[in-house]
Amino acid sequence: MNMTTVVETLPHGHKDHIGARIGMWLFLFTEVLLFGGLFLLYSVYRSNFPEDFHYCAGNLDTLMGTVNTVILLTSSLTMVLAVANLERKNRKYASIFLLATMLFGLLFLVNKYIEWSAKIEHGLFPNSEILQQHTMGENVFYSLYYLMTGLHGLHIVIGIIILAVMFYQVARKPRRKIRLSSVNAKDINLTDQSGETLWTHRESEPVQTIEMALVYNRHEDVADRQLIKVENSGLYWHLVDVIWIFLFPLFYLIT
Amino acid sequence: MTQDKIKQKEKEKEKEDFQSSFETSYLKVGGRYKGLWGWIFSTDHKRIGILYLVSILTFFAVAVCIGLLMRLELIAPGPTIVNPDTYNAFFTLHGVIMIFLFIIPGIPATLGNFFLPLQIGAPDVAFPRLNLLSWWLFIIGAIIAISSLFTGGGAPDTGWTFYAPYSIRTGTNVTMAVFGAFVMGFSSILTGLNFIVTIHRMRAKGMGWFRMPLFVWGHYATAWIQVLATPILSITLLLVIVERLMNLGLFDPARGGDPLLYQHLFWIYSHPAVYVMILPAMGVISEIIPTFSSKNIFGYKAIAYSSLTIAFVGYLVWGHHMYTSGMSDTARWIFSLLTFLVAIPSGVKVFNWVATLYKGSIQMAPPMLFTFTFIFLFSIGGLTGLVNGALATDIHIHDTAFVVGHFHYVMFGGTGFALFAALLYWLPKMTGRMYNQKAIFRSWFFLFIGFNMLYFSMLVLGWLGMPRRYYDYLPRFHSLHLVSTIGSWILAVGLILFFATLLRSLKKGEPAGPNPWGGTTLEWQTSSPPPLENFHELPVVEHGPYNYDGGKNE
Repeated sequence: MNMTTVVETLPHGHKDHIGARIGMWLFLFTEVLLFGGLFLLYSVYRSNFPEDFHYCAGNLDTLMGTVNTVILLTSSLTMVLAVANLERKNRKYASIFLLATMLFGLLFLVNKYIEWSAKIEHGLFPNSEILQQHTMGENVFYSLYYLMTGLHGLHIVIGIIILAVMFYQVARKPRRKIRLSSVNAKDINLTDQSGETLWTHRESEPVQTIEMALVYNRHEDVADRQLIKVENSGLYWHLVDVIWIFLFPLFYLIT
Repeated sequence: MTQDKIKQKEKEKEKEDFQSSFETSYLKVGGRYKGLWGWIFSTDHKRIGILYLVSILTFFAVAVCIGLLMRLELIAPGPTIVNPDTYNAFFTLHGVIMIFLFIIPGIPATLGNFFLPLQIGAPDVAFPRLNLLSWWLFIIGAIIAISSLFTGGGAPDTGWTFYAPYSIRTGTNVTMAVFGAFVMGFSSILTGLNFIVTIHRMRAKGMGWFRMPLFVWGHYATAWIQVLATPILSITLLLVIVERLMNLGLFDPARGGDPLLYQHLFWIYSHPAVYVMILPAMGVISEIIPTFSSKNIFGYKAIAYSSLTIAFVGYLVWGHHMYTSGMSDTARWIFSLLTFLVAIPSGVKVFNWVATLYKGSIQMAPPMLFTFTFIFLFSIGGLTGLVNGALATDIHIHDTAFVVGHFHYVMFGGTGFALFAALLYWLPKMTGRMYNQKAIFRSWFFLFIGFNMLYFSMLVLGWLGMPRRYYDYLPRFHSLHLVSTIGSWILAVGLILFFATLLRSLKKGEPAGPNPWGGTTLEWQTSSPPPLENFHELPVVEHGPYNYDGGKNE
């Protein structure tokens, strides 16, 4: 018996995009609470040592902070553009904007490095000889400064790694291996490379030959599957940006 | 003769049915890999549930042994078997293992993982690979925590609370132990996140929010606590590590820090964590009582909402751990008031359970016996909790053996016994085999007597003034300590009998059939053990979970 069938569009498996998005938002809550603990410490110590905090904030380099704020805000813009391009199946521009976001992230870290090393050179780090001669409040301020911007920097590093993975997936030529198999020549299965079943068909008689025409747009299909991942990475990146938006005034501006 | 033949035929058919459902079950059909790899790299929620169950019961056994050694040390005044430093390490380890490795993942990660998707009619959880990752994080965290015993300055001696400034100054290997707990925190967060999304997105067709079994409601509330409270613990533990490595002085009063802030941060997580331990247990009880009373649960919505209320109010009561730490009076009475509020939703649950029994057709099977034990022991734990929650009495009993007795009544008598009840209720579903019920009744006798001797003595001792975590005591406390230690042996015998019976059933148990207890929730509508993707056909739900009146009453 011969069988002819046309699979017009391959299903995308049972990926639940809304579920993935809820999951990401929940994860972002946990990140906010993680930093929340440190913001709690900051507010308690700020009320304990208002003058020291006031004085130390004046010593931080507001210009550097402002430049870094602009860099991060711009990186959020490029992130949004990457997602928007991927939504329009424009993989080339999507990958370019992802790359730009990563570069802004790196630039932020370079600035941070310059800023930290200048401070450390001046002996302004926790337990340094200079700070030990100063008031307790100053020591607490610099402890919090290194702790909070350090943890934030760590998040930037993680963000860059995530974006690098996304860049690799978006920029690479889309590939999807599809396997047609049958054990008894009656049950015919189509599976993809991850072993996910895309389509099954059952005949009462053993099938001799199969003609199959696959009609689907590889590029579009893969872009759709990646969209949610890139969107979620973008959400993470924006969160890291938002945290900086709070760190910047608390450490640099309130003088 | 003919009747015997019919019976024999029925038995044979049962065996055949069991064989056929076993061959297609999750126990036989795995993922990509075979053997052990097929388990530790499986993304099937049922296999992950079993992985967790085996891991936590192993840790439980270890912590029980340490507990027995502590009791043995306290059998008589003065040094008995170990020196004071080892004793400090003992109570720290007993606490850390029991809390982070046993009782927090105790019900959600094991039976929750296994039965939550089954009860809502889903083929798996929302993120199966994340689920596997959380088991791996749990095991890695556990290995790190346990390796702290043999590395650095030796086993930590701070107590499970890691209070600053001692945890920052002590030479023992606190860094490693705390880092282990930090990693396990991630595991807990991911499990909670996974459950929330699963409940929101994966319910079977027709299963509205108020058609969900109460076990699922309990887990929903728990999952929110896990997601919203655990990050605070993560940052607190991270601060301890940073303080130990870089000595910032954030909790050191000599350098402007405030050690009380450590206690606040710690209890902001660790009090809600108490509800991570108890809410799933209450969910188990809400499943077992209707099944063995053959009656719809009384006050379904009240019980569902009370889980959420406990989760919410539980977030605001952490200060009651710090009445004697030096807070303002205003803070103390507000925390005390909020603490008493928790008693309301807890009472709602207990009264609804008891009301369900009224005019029910009660079947005193092993799970039901353990459920009654739960209600009895948990009530003692709850009432002694009120004594702790009141400001005036707490000053008298704070940091005494009374508190130790209280939380063992709640945690072991509550969550522990609920876990045992849940195992008795669901093990036949998980393995497809029934255990020896008479042997379970025998083990219950030892468990119940031993438990009350062990912990009721502590309540009395604490009331008389015996401090907690003390290596030595005055001669006038001797007789009660002796009773307590003897109780610990009886309890240990009960535990051995209990688990030996369950282990024996894995090989030798009779086939249990798909629904041995007459339950009406969805997990009983699939074969025992369930097939790889849970249901042969995804169910469509047309009535509430406890359907003992033909669906008249939702």
